[in-house]
Amino acid sequence: MNLIEPLGYVFFQHALIASVFSAIICGFIGAYIVARRMVFISGGITHASFGGMGLAYFFGFNYLLGAAIFALISALTVEYLSKRTEVREDSAIGMLWSLGMAIGIIFTFLTPGYAPNLMSALFGSILAVSNTELWLMAGLAVIIILFFVEFFPAILAVAFDIEYASTHHIPVNFINYSLISLIALAIVLNIRVSGIILVLAMMTIPPVTANLLTKRLKPMILLSIALGLAGNVLGLILSYLLNLPSGATIIVTHILIFGIIKLCKSVSKLTVHERIL
Amino acid sequence: MSNKLIEINDLSAGYYGKPVIHHIQLTVYEGDFIGIIGPNGGGKTTFLKTIAGIIKPLSGSLKFYSPEGGLIENPKLGYLPQVNSFDKSFPISVEEVVLTGLLSAEGRLSRFKASDKEKVRKVLERLNINHLASKSIGELSGGQMQRVFLARAIVSEPWILLLDEPSTYADNRFEAELYELLAQLNEKMTILMVSHDLGMIPSYVKSIACVNGRLHYHPTPEITPEILRVYNCPIELITHGMVPHRVLSTHQENSSTDESY
Repeated sequence: MNLIEPLGYVFFQHALIASVFSAIICGFIGAYIVARRMVFISGGITHASFGGMGLAYFFGFNYLLGAAIFALISALTVEYLSKRTEVREDSAIGMLWSLGMAIGIIFTFLTPGYAPNLMSALFGSILAVSNTELWLMAGLAVIIILFFVEFFPAILAVAFDIEYASTHHIPVNFINYSLISLIALAIVLNIRVSGIILVLAMMTIPPVTANLLTKRLKPMILLSIALGLAGNVLGLILSYLLNLPSGATIIVTHILIFGIIKLCKSVSKLTVHERIL
Repeated sequence: MSNKLIEINDLSAGYYGKPVIHHIQLTVYEGDFIGIIGPNGGGKTTFLKTIAGIIKPLSGSLKFYSPEGGLIENPKLGYLPQVNSFDKSFPISVEEVVLTGLLSAEGRLSRFKASDKEKVRKVLERLNINHLASKSIGELSGGQMQRVFLARAIVSEPWILLLDEPSTYADNRFEAELYELLAQLNEKMTILMVSHDLGMIPSYVKSIACVNGRLHYHPTPEITPEILRVYNCPIELITHGMVPHRVLSTHQENSSTDESY
């Protein structure tokens, strides 16, 4: 086993850099969606973006652009429908979820020839991340950090109790629409890393693990980033050593970390309990 | 007569274009303490949320004046929602919840100052929950949570305090404390309070508004079966605990529960 060897490959260096940006993006966005119970919305946005990929594939433009357009439109639509009309939010999400997949399947079917990008869209390939994609991830990470630093108290207030926040004339709609847009872009750029099927796990597992250790949003975000980074890098190394698909291995690693921390927490609670007895 | 703070004229409000409350007419003056009663589904909470700015009026007008006089857009409001409308597993501490009461559109969106934390500490002390400051919201009992939300409502020292069922989870001791505190706050703040606790409120509020689709204002704090009948306010008169004497100013308390349906 040689861990230095892969570091010599450009694609592996790219994958490591992508892991870092992915951990930062998913740390902020993931902690927010977990805290606010928006995991299902995020699932809807993820799958709706497949429609944009199918379209991009058929008409021959960049798949990221197609996915981003579909993700943003579906994110804003869900946000709008749930706040302004009587359509129930989860029903609206369910419809967009399957509509996006249907459009994606139809256009992929219509495109002649073999569909190599399809597998990478569904399962991701962190080892194939391009320079452009790395720059996009870096850019998004910076925007997200600046947004959270600038508006954190307002974000916390809106996320915890939106009605109360509006009584203080906080720009609730600005916060909400900005965040749902950032969620959509975060999902699209992470599809490269772990694919449509697994991207939700990148967003949810580290924050859920972090939530075992803290009950406040700010430390939860920071812990999510650390845990995300640990899981991504460890998973990447394991996938190289065991010759397994990178996206899936990373997810399994995240789950293992969650399991270990959960176990430690239960054991320590037990010992504290025994001491009291 | 003291300054008017809120002027409500022919106001209708509700959800998705369907009004729940109609043609409301009410002027609130500085120093008022209005108890809002009414049957379930009558629109008490809708009324309070409309004043709070959470729900936009469908028609009619809702105007605010500053205590110095003069029309203003953004009055200083303190709002206490019903406690059961929260996600109790949300990752937030008591101190952070109360700090959000100091947020405002005019600055303070990004960072809190040391003086803000000092204000929070003082309010928590006043409500005897200073020891809970670093607890997460999920660790609190219903009554404790209600105190936290009251702290959040009053921390900015608002002109108008809007309270939706502040005593739902209060035990007897806190209930007495709460009403004493509200009486103190009323010296500086104007209070509108939704309550189902008809036995308690008449001895603390100064006037009664019955909301049942429409609003009927009664300038004294008495609740009698006659008033409820005249105002078409079908609520049951249930009293419990020590009932202050002046509430029962009619001679029909024995038959009140039967007649008030």
